Amino acid sequence: MSAAAEPVTPEPVAPRVETPLRRFISQFMESRIAVGALVVFTIIVLLAVFAPWITPQNPYDLFQLDIMDGRMEPGTVGGAGFTYWLGTDDQGRDMLSGIIYGLRISLIVGAGSAFIAGIIGASLGMLAAYAGGKTDTVIMRLVDLQLSFPTILAALMILAFLGKGISNVVIALVIVEWAYYARTVRGSALVERRREYVEAAQCLALPTWRIIFVHLLPNCLPPLIVIGTIQVARAIALEATLSFLGLGVPITEPSLGLLIANGYEYMLSGKYWISFYPGIALLITIVSINLVGDHLRDVLNPRLQK
Amino acid sequence: MTLYLIRRLFQALLVMLAMSLIVFIGVYGIGDPVEILISPDADQAERARAVAALGLDLPLWQQYGVFLVRALQGDLGRSFVYNVPALQLILQRMPATLELAVGATVLAIVVGLPLGLYAGLKPDSIGGRSIMAGSILGFSLPSFWVGLMLIMVFAVQLGWLPSTGRGTTVEILGSRWSFLTRDGLAHMIMPAMNLALFKISLVIRLTRAGVREAMLMDYVKFARAKGLTNSRVIFVHVFKNILIPVVTVTGLEFGSTIAFSVVTESIFAWPGMGKLIIDSINVLDRPVIVAYLMMIVFMFIIINLVVDLTYTILDPRVRLESKAI
Amino acid sequence: MKNMKTAALAAVSVVCMSGVAQAQREAGHMIMAVGAPVTSIDPHYHQLSPNNAVSDAIFDKLVNTDAQARQIPGLAVSWTAVAPTVWEFKLRPNVTFQNGNAFTAEDVVFTIERLPNVPNSPSSYAAYARPILRMEIVDPLTIRFHTREPYPLLPLDMTNVRILDKETSEGASTDDFNSLKVAFGTGPYRPTAYRNGDRIEFARNPTYWGPAPAFDRVTYRMITNDASRLASLLSGDVDSIDQVPTTDVARLRADPRVTLAEIVGLRLVFLGLDQLRTANESSPFITDNDGKPLGRNPLQDVRVRRALSIAIDRKAIVDRIMEGAATPAGQFLPPGTYSHVPDVTAPAYDPDGAKRLLAEAGYPNGFRIQLNGPNDRYINDSRIIQAIGQMWTRIGIRTAVEAQTWATFVGRAGRAEYSAFLIGWGSNPDGSHPLRNIMATVDRERGRGASNRGHYSNPQVDSLLDQALGELDEGKREQIEINAQRIVAQDVGIIPLHIQTNIWATRQGYIHEPRADELTRPQDVRPAPAR
Repeated sequence: MSAAAEPVTPEPVAPRVETPLRRFISQFMESRIAVGALVVFTIIVLLAVFAPWITPQNPYDLFQLDIMDGRMEPGTVGGAGFTYWLGTDDQGRDMLSGIIYGLRISLIVGAGSAFIAGIIGASLGMLAAYAGGKTDTVIMRLVDLQLSFPTILAALMILAFLGKGISNVVIALVIVEWAYYARTVRGSALVERRREYVEAAQCLALPTWRIIFVHLLPNCLPPLIVIGTIQVARAIALEATLSFLGLGVPITEPSLGLLIANGYEYMLSGKYWISFYPGIALLITIVSINLVGDHLRDVLNPRLQK
Repeated sequence: MTLYLIRRLFQALLVMLAMSLIVFIGVYGIGDPVEILISPDADQAERARAVAALGLDLPLWQQYGVFLVRALQGDLGRSFVYNVPALQLILQRMPATLELAVGATVLAIVVGLPLGLYAGLKPDSIGGRSIMAGSILGFSLPSFWVGLMLIMVFAVQLGWLPSTGRGTTVEILGSRWSFLTRDGLAHMIMPAMNLALFKISLVIRLTRAGVREAMLMDYVKFARAKGLTNSRVIFVHVFKNILIPVVTVTGLEFGSTIAFSVVTESIFAWPGMGKLIIDSINVLDRPVIVAYLMMIVFMFIIINLVVDLTYTILDPRVRLESKAI
Repeated sequence: MKNMKTAALAAVSVVCMSGVAQAQREAGHMIMAVGAPVTSIDPHYHQLSPNNAVSDAIFDKLVNTDAQARQIPGLAVSWTAVAPTVWEFKLRPNVTFQNGNAFTAEDVVFTIERLPNVPNSPSSYAAYARPILRMEIVDPLTIRFHTREPYPLLPLDMTNVRILDKETSEGASTDDFNSLKVAFGTGPYRPTAYRNGDRIEFARNPTYWGPAPAFDRVTYRMITNDASRLASLLSGDVDSIDQVPTTDVARLRADPRVTLAEIVGLRLVFLGLDQLRTANESSPFITDNDGKPLGRNPLQDVRVRRALSIAIDRKAIVDRIMEGAATPAGQFLPPGTYSHVPDVTAPAYDPDGAKRLLAEAGYPNGFRIQLNGPNDRYINDSRIIQAIGQMWTRIGIRTAVEAQTWATFVGRAGRAEYSAFLIGWGSNPDGSHPLRNIMATVDRERGRGASNRGHYSNPQVDSLLDQALGELDEGKREQIEINAQRIVAQDVGIIPLHIQTNIWATRQGYIHEPRADELTRPQDVRPAPAR
């Protein structure tokens, strides 16, 4: 959403060869770490998308699981004839397959909820800052209400109403998280709207939506991206916590978080692989998202532009 | 100013009212407290008696009405489980959570601010990069997992710190505090650290972002051009610029720290409000849930108010009136 | 990075306060940690195992139970039914309460009268007072209970009623107990501090009539998280814990620093099956293989119920999921208990037989079902239902599995919203207890089948239960209850899975006497005998 904001701007075509998009790409490519992270992240996404074709086992199909293969150490050959490279959990679920499938769920939950919450939250925050008055008051009190409601209780209630399920977890997380974006965006938008360029735009009698989206939004983006990348990670970790508390996704379709929460109980008994490998996978995923996000923020920040 | 405060407090009341209604409907939707609390071998007559004893035999709107009337007299109801006034129960548990949250916030600022400053001033150095990479760990590892790891390493393996629970407490003004005794502090370190992890990362990142921006601002460039010393530039000009987001987020986070202490308190058997609320949710102890949330909302609104007031002091460009209307 | 930071911080703190963490405990001070929170010190406020365990330290009952849940003399030295509707209890002489008052029949009368009158009780002990018509004090150490009808279960009921001192407790509220103002019993330990949700402190009762308590001081902590509780034991911060997670049992058996105490419990984990919907109605979570409603309820067919039962490999569940901490079962009570049915064993695993039965019943290609269960109530509950999901899927019944928190689950199960669900039952050691609550036809008026969530119903079982509840002859009553339970097993009214093993762990130097009734009581921990 962020990258689209600038290129769309119908600026008069300058005789420059460098388009904003190209400039953006070349600036992004400057950081090798960020590019590396992007590659890793792309691989993770591809793994998640093509999971059914890669994994030796469908870990969501109870027919393919056998508790007699449960809690096997990494490298053991199981009853079905293939090697469990990362071991199995208590149900005889191949951890490698479980992790790849779990990535899918975690990415959907994390990115989905952060994205939807970001759009809702940023729009409301911007609206509150720009409109002020009653609108601001109502929105901000809603934010107060939301932020003070413990996530876990909110999620418990929402999931109790909707029942378990991945989409319901996303809904619960969106309801829980939009307020963070709203509060942050409003904070920076309040500062921005006092700046000269906004006043100038108002003097030019540009339409409100244009001022908000073309001028205000790009300037509020840096904190939004900081919060956004953190929230993707937080959503994934939060989903793990919900699983730990017995909510979250269905037990037969574990996310990375649920795999970790499930393996948690085996931590003291030496069966480290049940929660260790999903933990590593979670870590790599989140680190790569954040490295990309960090660099993106630096590149997109109008105030850091040379 | 007074009018502004009154208006905010009135809004707080409205929010609390809305909250109590949501919780009433929410708990009603989840399940029946008596089903959970009653002994499994109770017969139907005993179940009916318990339902009546807890006032759950009335229609929901009437239960809410009863609650409202009593709440106006300052009575938020008695816990279904403990048969103690809900508010008293929460206030008993509050000091434990407060000291943990304050401890975590202090840790976050003491650790996060200098690290963020360093990472912001030297973004390309190895130190700066490792700080940023390390900060990612803070919010990517689920806190229940980190909590158990801390216990495993520092209590079970090394034996340096006590594993769980609250240490020796001292009674001041009728409530028990543990931060004043050595034993109490020793018990506090791990849970406070566990609770602070996420906040440390957040403070590091916000500080770094703020510093990097500020260094490119005209007024900083100007101050440097004027020949002010580097440290003066950083501590007077840059600091002022980064404090806004840090104050906002720390303020916001303080409220949510209290709300989110649920997991940390469960892992560390810390007898605070977070533990109370998760136990109460598990048995649908509605009076406690309602009272807890109303209090949290109230606290949160106060914190927000303070944050907003701090804004105006830190950044004169933001004026109260713009929000007061 | 973060860990280094943590380590550095911890190191600094350790330098500042070295020696605090492992503060020396004075001799005679024992610390135990339990997994379930206690909600009150009032012994008649909330009928709940953790409360009963703590009450057992402070108070006594007329009839106590030993570790195998057999009745032994408590504050009563003997009891007999002197007439069909009259029970006579001889009380123990020379017993004093912890405040010095003497124990007499007056205290018993007061206690029984208080049971139905504890305000705001979410689960009262009133049921134990209900069969009693009036009480007669023959002399200060003899009391007679007159019942409405012949009532064989009165001594069993008395194992649940803790006796209060009339003088101090008259008019006392639950708050007075929680503030310890009136918490005086005749038990081995006396509470000295109570902080709800955190800990209870006990001191030895020097005037206890029974075996002398082993410790001067006991701290009774509540650590609800399983892993944290175990870590507290391993780090030496506590001396004894209950509810040892099955995942760690194997490792702990090999650990010389820890002693495990295990006993077969009285809690059966079983599957309830929807028998509320008639043969021609659809059950809520059963569909045909295309996901369309069946239009009939296969669970009304005993062949289908039996197929579902023998499709389960109970031994595999016990070995692989419970890691040995359970016994496969075919009935509520374990062997050696009153009214255990000797000839009913755990159904043998027979997937081919199950398929044949399904085909006979008209489901050669199976159907689809959802198996529900809690995920925070019984040991490994959500793991067990997944394993059963695997096994049912193998005989052609495609099974979806859903686990929810108990708060959500129990209400829906109570409203019979599920087709098949996992649940547990902790029995009193008497067949009439599960029969009356789980297997009897639901009858509000008579208080029968209050936990019969599958709505199993067999008039024969009901009438046998009626007979048993009026039969004072222990031998005859046992036979009637055995017959009734045998019918239930033949009907496959429920699918029994296993009986849980109760496990405690202590640090070197301590032993814990394990109890079948799951109660974790301070008096059951003692110093290990010197070798």
